[in-house]
Amino acid sequence: MSETQNQIDATEIELLTFQVGGQEYAIDIMSVREIRGWSKATPLPHAPNFVRGVINLRGTVLTIVDLADRLGMGRTDTKERNVIIVVHTGIETVGLLVDAVSDILAVNKSELQSPPEMAADNEQAFVSALMIAGERMVRILALSAALPSENTEAA
Amino acid sequence: MMDEDDPMAEIRASFFVECEELLEALQDGLQIMDDGEADDETINVVFRAVHSIKGGAGAFGLEDLVRFAHQFESVLDGVRSGTIEADRNAISVFFQSGDILGDLVRAARDDDIADESRIQGVMSSLTSMLGADAQEYEAEEDVSDFQPMGLSLDLGLDIASNDAPALPDLPDPGAPPAPASTVVFEDGYTIHFLPDSSLYASGNEPLHLLRLLREMGNLDVNCDTSALPSLSELDEEKSYLSWTIHLTTDEDEDAVRDVFDFVADLCTLTITGPGKPGPELPPNDAPSSPSTINDGVPPDASSKPPQNSDPASEATVAQKSGGVPDAKTAPSPVTPAAPSKKPAPSASKSNKPRPTVRVDLERIDRLVNLVGELVINQAMISQSVTEAGLQTNSAVSEGLDEFMQLTRDIQDSVMMIRAQPVKSLFQRMSRIVREASSMVGKSVRLKTEGDATEIDKTVIERLADPLTHMIRNAVDHGIESPQDRLAAGKPEEGIVTLSAGHRSGRVIVEVVDDGAGINRERVLQIAIEKGLVAENAELTDSEIDNLLFMPGFSTASEVSDLSGRGVGMDVVKSAILSLGGRVTIQSNPGSGTIFTISLPLTLAVLDGMVINVANQTLVVPLSTITETLTLMGPDIRALGPQTNVIKVRDSFVPLLDLGFELGFRAPLDSYVGSIALLIAQEDGDHAALIVDSIQDQRQVVIKGLQDTFGQVPGVAAATILGDGKIALILDPVDVVANADGRTQPVQSNLQLAG
Repeated sequence: MSETQNQIDATEIELLTFQVGGQEYAIDIMSVREIRGWSKATPLPHAPNFVRGVINLRGTVLTIVDLADRLGMGRTDTKERNVIIVVHTGIETVGLLVDAVSDILAVNKSELQSPPEMAADNEQAFVSALMIAGERMVRILALSAALPSENTEAA
Repeated sequence: MMDEDDPMAEIRASFFVECEELLEALQDGLQIMDDGEADDETINVVFRAVHSIKGGAGAFGLEDLVRFAHQFESVLDGVRSGTIEADRNAISVFFQSGDILGDLVRAARDDDIADESRIQGVMSSLTSMLGADAQEYEAEEDVSDFQPMGLSLDLGLDIASNDAPALPDLPDPGAPPAPASTVVFEDGYTIHFLPDSSLYASGNEPLHLLRLLREMGNLDVNCDTSALPSLSELDEEKSYLSWTIHLTTDEDEDAVRDVFDFVADLCTLTITGPGKPGPELPPNDAPSSPSTINDGVPPDASSKPPQNSDPASEATVAQKSGGVPDAKTAPSPVTPAAPSKKPAPSASKSNKPRPTVRVDLERIDRLVNLVGELVINQAMISQSVTEAGLQTNSAVSEGLDEFMQLTRDIQDSVMMIRAQPVKSLFQRMSRIVREASSMVGKSVRLKTEGDATEIDKTVIERLADPLTHMIRNAVDHGIESPQDRLAAGKPEEGIVTLSAGHRSGRVIVEVVDDGAGINRERVLQIAIEKGLVAENAELTDSEIDNLLFMPGFSTASEVSDLSGRGVGMDVVKSAILSLGGRVTIQSNPGSGTIFTISLPLTLAVLDGMVINVANQTLVVPLSTITETLTLMGPDIRALGPQTNVIKVRDSFVPLLDLGFELGFRAPLDSYVGSIALLIAQEDGDHAALIVDSIQDQRQVVIKGLQDTFGQVPGVAAATILGDGKIALILDPVDVVANADGRTQPVQSNLQLAG
């Protein structure tokens, strides 16, 4: 995979893949700021369940979203080996709590498939595309839908 | 950030900053005129502000601005000379002109386009005020008014060796300078005039002054060119020439001084009346050529006298005191010894601002952040020292105490740098009132109080939008129509009062109108129609008033130009909440409405009490806590099945379990023996919050939450503790307002937004 990284053109994107609740997800690497280990978060009162709280990221307050919980796969039982992916959406910076980071893939946009229509499935709204990598199916996370802002900032 | 490599951009930027100050002075002056307390000096200040803006605009080729400023200036000149009367109507036009001038300045700064039709409207009002005089003023308009001043200096140099003097009023600059100190005229005024570079930078031109003097009588002008360096060393931004002028005239000395009135603080000026000996001139005013200065004084870069490199700023002593502006290459031994001559005594010094430094906001922000880190670090050290179990009187602890004291002093000082008077904000609001009232056809006057109150700059900036909206609201909905006012026995002109003041560690801003007050019947009716409250709801007066803050609520029965923008008071409320502030409403039917905004002094630090609840560390702003209590059995009284109150002296106060309210744990079984914080609310009512324990009191650095998360009810912000963990900063008043059950005494039947 690494050989292709030198010649990325407009149709190619790089994806960071990671494990959440036993499933493999990916996000555009351009939105990733850093990856850090899990540290205990300060809970926020009256926050949705999937918001684990806030942590101190070198002097700024970072909201942590439990991605598994957000995707409806139950609250992550945090261990030291859990990982926080710090993502920036252009508006806000949020930490995603995931099980583990697995890979960086360079893929051609044409390899991405639209997810099948399954209206009743809550999870589907968070998946913007699917991709086959070897034997694995990678779900491309719709980052903006998974973040808390849309649901909480209305208040 | 501006491009620091481009000196032109820098000068331009400083011109625009200066314009803001001048516009503010203009507003102030107009306000004084409007209040009928103006003296000649006020009108002069107003005139000078417009004149200086025009001068600078000319230098940058901002033609629209120059044209408008010129017209405005002409009218003001008319006022000054008494040909135009500054009545209410005229002052109203002046206010509009000031607004337009501000628009044009901002348009020029942002490369934007100003509203042409409005400009034309005001321009024609100005022209009609000039009336018969218009012709005269037009004729006076001279292209050279707007030329950058470097030009005439260049000419002076060019013609030094030629025989065609371009400046007919001046003697050939190449001619040997007249020995100024030896010539004493017995029968006239001797004027020694040494312009600062700032005189040119502000768009003034000595030639015009000389022309004015010539109109007064016989003139004998000597130009001292001795300070002129060679062309290669010439800095065209600097002032090298000075003049010794002999004037024979019938006018008195004040009239002569008046000529220099607008440049009095931009030059060194001595005027000696008839019969008096010539002025005691500084030694270096004696004729001297550059060569004599250089003699024996090798150009030594290391011994440069301090030289202000910013030509637009107040000139340095070296420049003011004598004719050796080029001290850089020729450090004259005379310069430091020369007395620093101040502007002529007649020049107005009374309202000279205190010396200030203009600093890039980014630098201050960096400093504030650094101090924040310092405070956190200090907290970390304190914590480590405590954990190390040292004795309290050990050297380390004592040193730490001093360190804490210092940190606090530094922090206070740094915060003070960012504090600004709310005056500029209030001035903007007076424009909003003018525009809003003319739009809805009401006569409304803005009164401001406490505009010297200082608040953190960021708070001021973020207060502008909500305040604008509230002022518009007050004009549009608050104040009645003139007919209704007269019918109600009130003066036709409505008054909106905007006041600011400090109250117990917070800033209180009030918007008060003397209108009809809130029509509660209609408000309730609209709320029911919109389904915001149940049809049979029984609301108290204050609950009805607070309906105005609900999203989607609008009282305007018809959509006017002002309302119907889709922005409601709910937006105002959330904007103020996001500043850590609160807004309350108070209405008196028939006599008006009061909106009270309470804001923290700064968005950077606060004094807090560190508490523990359900294994969480939280910070409660000290300003909200009136006392702490340990609850005794008899103090706690049940009120209904789920509500408790406690008896504090002679009153009963609702009791809230903080851990439960924040959703951290189930309610405690018994509150006996618990610690409670007594919280004072904005309206003076109290509530008690049960906490597990109190750690200590300390200053904490506020870190915003809203950037990463929306509004969290009950939480104002966050801070970083000594161990690097985040602690939330509570907004106890909001906690009480959002309390959802167990111990809340009076269940409100509406849930307000926020």
